[in-house]
Amino acid sequence: MSAPTFDLGNLHGGLRMPRRKDKSNKQPIQQVPVPQQLIIPITQHVGDPAQVVVGIGERVLKGQLIAESDGPISAPVHASSSGKVVAIEPWPVSRRLGGNAPCIIIECDGEDRAIELSEPITPYESLDQEILFQKILQGGIVGLGGAVFPTAQKLMHASITPLEHLVLNGIECEPYITCDDMLMREQANEVLGGAQILMHALGVEHCFVAVESDKPEAIHAIADVMTALQDDRIALKQIPTIYPSGAEDQTVQLVTNKEVPTGGLPTDVGCVVQNVGTAAAVYRWICKGEPLISRVTTVTGDGITAPMNVSARIGTTVADIINFVGGYTENVHHLVIGGPMTGRSVTTDRIPLVKATNCILVMSDEEQFGHEQPCIRCGACASVCPVQLLPQQLFWYACADNEAKLRGYGLMDCIECGCCDLVCPSHIPLTADFRMAKARMRELADEKARAERSRQRYEAHTERLEKEQMLRAQQLEAQKQAAREGGSKAIRDILERTSKKDAQDPGED
Amino acid sequence: MEFARRDAPFIAPKANVASIMRQVLYALMPATIVYVWFFGAGLVFNMLIAIMFCIGGEAGMMLARGKSIRVALGDFSAIVTAIIIAFALPPLTPWWVTATAALFGIVVAKHLYGGLGFNIFNPAMAGYVVVLVAFPVHLNFWVAPRIGDLDYHYVTIFETLSYTLTGTLPDYLTIDAISRASPLDAVKSALSTMHTFAEIHANPMMGDFGGRGWEWISNYIAMGGVWLLLKRIIRWHIPLGVFAGLLVPSGLMYLIEAGNHASPGFYLFSGGTMLCAFFVATDPVSAATSPRGRFVYGVGIGFLIYAIRRWGSYADGVAFAVILMNMAVPAIDYLTRPRIVGHIKHGKAPGA
Ligand code: SF4
Ligand code: SF4
Repeated sequence: MSAPTFDLGNLHGGLRMPRRKDKSNKQPIQQVPVPQQLIIPITQHVGDPAQVVVGIGERVLKGQLIAESDGPISAPVHASSSGKVVAIEPWPVSRRLGGNAPCIIIECDGEDRAIELSEPITPYESLDQEILFQKILQGGIVGLGGAVFPTAQKLMHASITPLEHLVLNGIECEPYITCDDMLMREQANEVLGGAQILMHALGVEHCFVAVESDKPEAIHAIADVMTALQDDRIALKQIPTIYPSGAEDQTVQLVTNKEVPTGGLPTDVGCVVQNVGTAAAVYRWICKGEPLISRVTTVTGDGITAPMNVSARIGTTVADIINFVGGYTENVHHLVIGGPMTGRSVTTDRIPLVKATNCILVMSDEEQFGHEQPCIRCGACASVCPVQLLPQQLFWYACADNEAKLRGYGLMDCIECGCCDLVCPSHIPLTADFRMAKARMRELADEKARAERSRQRYEAHTERLEKEQMLRAQQLEAQKQAAREGGSKAIRDILERTSKKDAQDPGED
Repeated sequence: MEFARRDAPFIAPKANVASIMRQVLYALMPATIVYVWFFGAGLVFNMLIAIMFCIGGEAGMMLARGKSIRVALGDFSAIVTAIIIAFALPPLTPWWVTATAALFGIVVAKHLYGGLGFNIFNPAMAGYVVVLVAFPVHLNFWVAPRIGDLDYHYVTIFETLSYTLTGTLPDYLTIDAISRASPLDAVKSALSTMHTFAEIHANPMMGDFGGRGWEWISNYIAMGGVWLLLKRIIRWHIPLGVFAGLLVPSGLMYLIEAGNHASPGFYLFSGGTMLCAFFVATDPVSAATSPRGRFVYGVGIGFLIYAIRRWGSYADGVAFAVILMNMAVPAIDYLTRPRIVGHIKHGKAPGA
């Protein structure tokens, strides 16, 4: 491949904003040593929880399966170093709502002994799709861009729809984060190797590698490997540096000029999007037998003395990682897992690094947030919304709790990118409000579904009752008839008893 | 270590309401100086009186509504309202007229509708319309601009102050002696008495496009507006809409029958057109919300300005045009909702 082409995409709105990426991409990826203790959450993907397969006190080796996937959308978890399982207990993790999640706690022995690596599969081309999906599932591989959807199931679902492109997402549009950038610079061969495996698994004949134009080094690294591979199914696509070009639907829009229909998936327009890190993880698992037990993450922000990218074992605590890079500065305000636009603020650094952690961001108090003021309807928010929503209207209806209007104005299409917040002169926390309104609507929908189910149950129930009552009435009628005709005393007795009972207690069941 | 929680995003917005309003005020400064040069210090007195009453009204209402006065006054929006009222009124205006406009604008049009962000009508224009209807004589009292060869009396600070405070001029002056028709008025009445626009335009009071002197104020207001555009405080949709709405019909009429119609350029540089296009119609609170909606809103205002100037009984129609279009905003907003990405048309999923 020669000089990459530059395509200006057709994304609506978006933000050109301070990138603040040069803090962390000035040095190679550093290896965080084995910590004393690993805290490995049992479930690190979206979907059905995994099941623990080790006991307390058990010795485990690096790469050993410790929790297996269970359910149609699930992924297994492996030990990221050798040692002894000392506890399986709730531990603080990074979640939107905070709180604890069950974790396997391993006291590391420091030897980092690996389990016998599973045989690398070469050539993987010999495997058929089903087996390849199974294999990818066993590697514990999930989407590393942050969504952590189990990769095998995403591929499986995608492979049953007609596909045109695999899109490798190396855009990384959020400020501060550089882990994909560094990964592409240093491991472009693994990224593209992974792309080839994914193409085979999906049966697609074309792959776009989408990289934001502000990453010339990564672009060169990818282009070099492309030249070496001589695989003309792979094309490099430069994406304009504008946030949120890396959000899945927006990436598809930029790369293919097609909009993902509302409520749909990229597969609806013939695309599957995979993060470059995921592709590299697939490569390492399939071709080297290494399950997903570590990842590259960016440690950065004004609150970090020496920002950099590190490769750390899943389960290493954030505190350990920050210690490794040289600790905090004096001025520390928020600890954010993920980027500054969509990340989550957590209250403690005891939480572990998980498969989803692409960035550990420590913000100082340099960012001054003003007080919320009334919306002046300036429309700045609408002009940057990549989905072309009218955030000012959504905000209005969110305050009024008007569900119908919220739906009509596309609340559910909001990708929670945060663009609207950043331009609002009234400093309204729009995105947080929308996130809350969405959660409320989902709850409401759940409640409705529940109500609907119980309504159906109730109806079936009353129908049955009515039938029974009718039957009984018929029987009674028959008995009365018989009594009138036969005049047997016994029957008359029964009749009397029942009619008295009916009279006293008409609704009894 | 323990940390404080907050919701994403973690990057703070840079703009704030106060700085937007402040820049709007800066943008009107050059025009203020030019105005004072041509018409004397009256504008400054009007500004001071309007500011006093706008701020007083705002503070009173915030107090009455049990809200923080500091926040409300800190956003400068009441001052912007005051300045626009002052620009809309004639340079010589008795203080109670200005005060009425200011109080009505702030108390009724702004706060009784819920305060900043909730008001349907542009407060400055609402206040102006009220005094236009209530004090027509005062609002029709214009003086000639300071240009050497016009029959001109330069109102001194003392005379201006006297009129502003008492509503009367010092004994040696009469209103009739210094009162002059505004160019819009002059052209309107001349056209209705069978003069052609070419004849009227030959009058020494007329400049290149609008009235001499007057058009320079328009120029400076427009410059301030362009500066706001460049600073991205306002966007182009509304001003361009206003110009289109005004120029297209007036241009057509002028093309068809140049004699009986004023030139489009005259309409553009006369009266409150520029102030309206850049500073009044662009008031975000009372305008339509989406870019497309804003263009439509602007076109509506431009067209109404033309219609009122041409066929209405008022010389200028800016305030009525804005108020009328304010009322149309909900409808415009509803009809111009943008198509959400991933939907075929608004509120409709593909295939639905
Ligand atoms: S940016 Fe803020 S103030 Fe402006 S319309 Fe949107 S929500 Fe309202
Ligand atoms: S957070 Fe939602 S409403 Fe705001 S800009 Fe992003 S998609 Fe639009």
